[in-house]
Amino acid sequence: MTGTGEVLLRVEGLTKAYPGVVANSDVSFAVAPGEVHALLGENGAGKSTLVKMIYGLVKPDSGTMTLRGAAYAPAKPGSARQQGVAMVFQHFSLFEALNVAENVALGMQHPPRMRALASRIRQVSQDYGLPLDPDRLVGDLSAGERQRVEIIRCLLQDPKLLIMDEPTSVLTPQEVDILFQTLRQLSAEGTAILYISHKLEEIRALCDTATILRRGKVVATCTPREKSARDLAEMMVGETLTPPARSAKAKGAVALEVSGLSVRSPNPFGTALKNVSFSVRKGEILGIAGVAGNGQDELLLALSGELRTARDTIRINDAGCGDAGPNERRRAGLVAAPEERLGHAAAPDMSLTENALLSGASRKGLVSRGLIDWAATRAFAGQIVDRFDVRTPGIWVAARALSGGNLQKFVVGRELSQAPAIVVVNQPTWGVDASAAAAIRQALIDRAAEGAAVVVISQDLDELLEIADRFAALNGGRLTEPRPTQGLTVDEIGLMMGGAHGMEVAHHVHP
Amino acid sequence: MDLSAINPAVLIASLMVAAVPIMLAATGELVVEKAGVLNLGVEGMMIMGAVCGLAIAVEAESPAVGFLAAAAGGAALSLIFAFLTQVLLANQVATGLALTLFGLGLSSLIGQGYVGIKPPPTPRLDFGPLTDIPVLGTILFRHDPVVYLSVLIIAAVWALLKFTRAGLILRAVGENHDAAHALGYKVQRIRLAAILFGGAMAGLGGAYISLVRVPQWTDGITAGAGWIALAIVVFASWKPWRILLGAYLFGGITVLQLNLQAAGARIPVEYLSMSPYLITILVLVIMSADRGRAALNAPAALGRNFHASR
Repeated sequence: MTGTGEVLLRVEGLTKAYPGVVANSDVSFAVAPGEVHALLGENGAGKSTLVKMIYGLVKPDSGTMTLRGAAYAPAKPGSARQQGVAMVFQHFSLFEALNVAENVALGMQHPPRMRALASRIRQVSQDYGLPLDPDRLVGDLSAGERQRVEIIRCLLQDPKLLIMDEPTSVLTPQEVDILFQTLRQLSAEGTAILYISHKLEEIRALCDTATILRRGKVVATCTPREKSARDLAEMMVGETLTPPARSAKAKGAVALEVSGLSVRSPNPFGTALKNVSFSVRKGEILGIAGVAGNGQDELLLALSGELRTARDTIRINDAGCGDAGPNERRRAGLVAAPEERLGHAAAPDMSLTENALLSGASRKGLVSRGLIDWAATRAFAGQIVDRFDVRTPGIWVAARALSGGNLQKFVVGRELSQAPAIVVVNQPTWGVDASAAAAIRQALIDRAAEGAAVVVISQDLDELLEIADRFAALNGGRLTEPRPTQGLTVDEIGLMMGGAHGMEVAHHVHP
Repeated sequence: MDLSAINPAVLIASLMVAAVPIMLAATGELVVEKAGVLNLGVEGMMIMGAVCGLAIAVEAESPAVGFLAAAAGGAALSLIFAFLTQVLLANQVATGLALTLFGLGLSSLIGQGYVGIKPPPTPRLDFGPLTDIPVLGTILFRHDPVVYLSVLIIAAVWALLKFTRAGLILRAVGENHDAAHALGYKVQRIRLAAILFGGAMAGLGGAYISLVRVPQWTDGITAGAGWIALAIVVFASWKPWRILLGAYLFGGITVLQLNLQAAGARIPVEYLSMSPYLITILVLVIMSADRGRAALNAPAALGRNFHASR
């Protein structure tokens, strides 16, 4: 269904500037009823700001919007919802300690009484093949189930326009299929969908029209089915991307061995690791996939030494170190870069020099007799900035002042510059623009080629398929048997990640 | 030691009275913390309530007006906290501690003219013949209105949090302020209202000390009741009815300790008077040993400032 005559939402000349950056500049497009319209662009291209203006969270500086022919300028999300615009957020806007029905009620203008609401949730969720128990705590749900809560919250309000911000980043391939069926059903019923993503194949599979944004501007509008993924990527990035080159070197001896690792999560809604076993050889990259919240954070903590276990569950170069802390493990050659850049990988208010010291002190010998060797530390920080192309005014800048991609390059570069024998990274390119992501992947491959064992934990399947030699998936805190990446199909990967998490079953249990 | 001098019915009746100040203050703080704000200034707001309540009750010669003034005094002090933490985004712990110190100093200044003056007595409610029921009459029907009011407020807060949309929104703001903001709720405004309520409740609790329990003015009259109220919120794991339990438990220990002293127990007085605090510490340690469960009940955004960045 492409909009030929009728227009549901028309956006004309929207502009929004923040201090130092123009998020959207003169953006115009139109969405027809029942149309699935893609907004395609890299991180930081202005997609999120644009939909926040449509949803009433951000006020545009200039430009107009019309909804069903009438002027549309929502002052708050409540009035957007009243006019039939609903939104599913990228970072879930859910409350973990509240149950499903309460979460749904919070997103509605005039929710019915709790008992009536609970039965409507059951009914609507069955109708769309997204079963949900209204009494369960959201904190106990999987990422896929949480997204169902958000979708059901929108559907209960009978929206005319449904905005979905990166909805598939937390789903297994099978769950993505089911989501797409739901979206097609909605579109057939006349609901327009504004679909935000940077995943090209998904957009080609689902969307009728695509508006491509680059640095806040509309650079193209096209029918994605008629374009190749490569064309779309080049329109989105504005340059030609070279995929990272793999090394074909032979692998060496086992450098990191994990056997029977079971550990409780420090977080009440976290996932405990259950009997995780794997080994990584020198020169090899092991990719660990999984939907968020299946034990990735816990695995990183257990490997980095922030969570301790029995001595022999983790062996570095055949020496037990499960009971050693992060600094002892660094000295033994294992470095780690966690997912959360600000506050975990880097101290936000400290300078890059100080942040370089915090993890590099022991391996680079930056401290002697309790005194800091600042000259060597500055040299080390400068070397990271130069080698990994970190764009910063200087090494005295606070970590929080860097953009996500640049800080990530710094954090990964800091670990890789310590000549580690084993590298563990979680979500190395999360929220990083395409060229920075390619640089980080190449750096990981290069370090492996120099003889390090590398463990990459990531939710980005394409990334893992691109760089990993072997592939395993975390599902509910258990790790599947690692398999060679070459020859794996997306279906097999999906099953390793836990399949559809019971979503398909629902189609058969209709009452 | 003569234990027969302790009458259980009188003991229970007096523990109910002893529990009122901390119960009121803790109920207020529970609402504040449910909204995700940690206000450590309870002690300061209580003593402001105590001094405002006494002063106005003496001037107006009416305890009821005194209690109203106490609520207003507590709320006024909490408004400073609200402005600093919600508008200027000051650190909540530091601001709360400063509020306590400020309240102690200011109350002592205001109270200078009122040392040694007795406030008008707060009358008991008249339940007629019910008062004469043996045991039960002594325990339940010989109190002043504030005792009943404090229980009613707990019931009201419980019902508000559990059954109403306002309560749901309050809990949502305390759980995840970013999500609440994304859904279009006014995080700062909701928190401001909760802080004011907490201040008013702490003020009422303080006035109960200066108008009923003691009844006169001395510097530092609240003697740490605000800190106990803060501890009881954690002890109650943010559940209203457990505040009642915690406050009665604490009131019971306080009263028993006085009775034991009167009965001539052969334990140094100092041990007895520190016992309620020791037991509070003990209970908190036991509570926090089971980290998973306790953390589940705690509002996830507790103590974190909210700033709508995007």
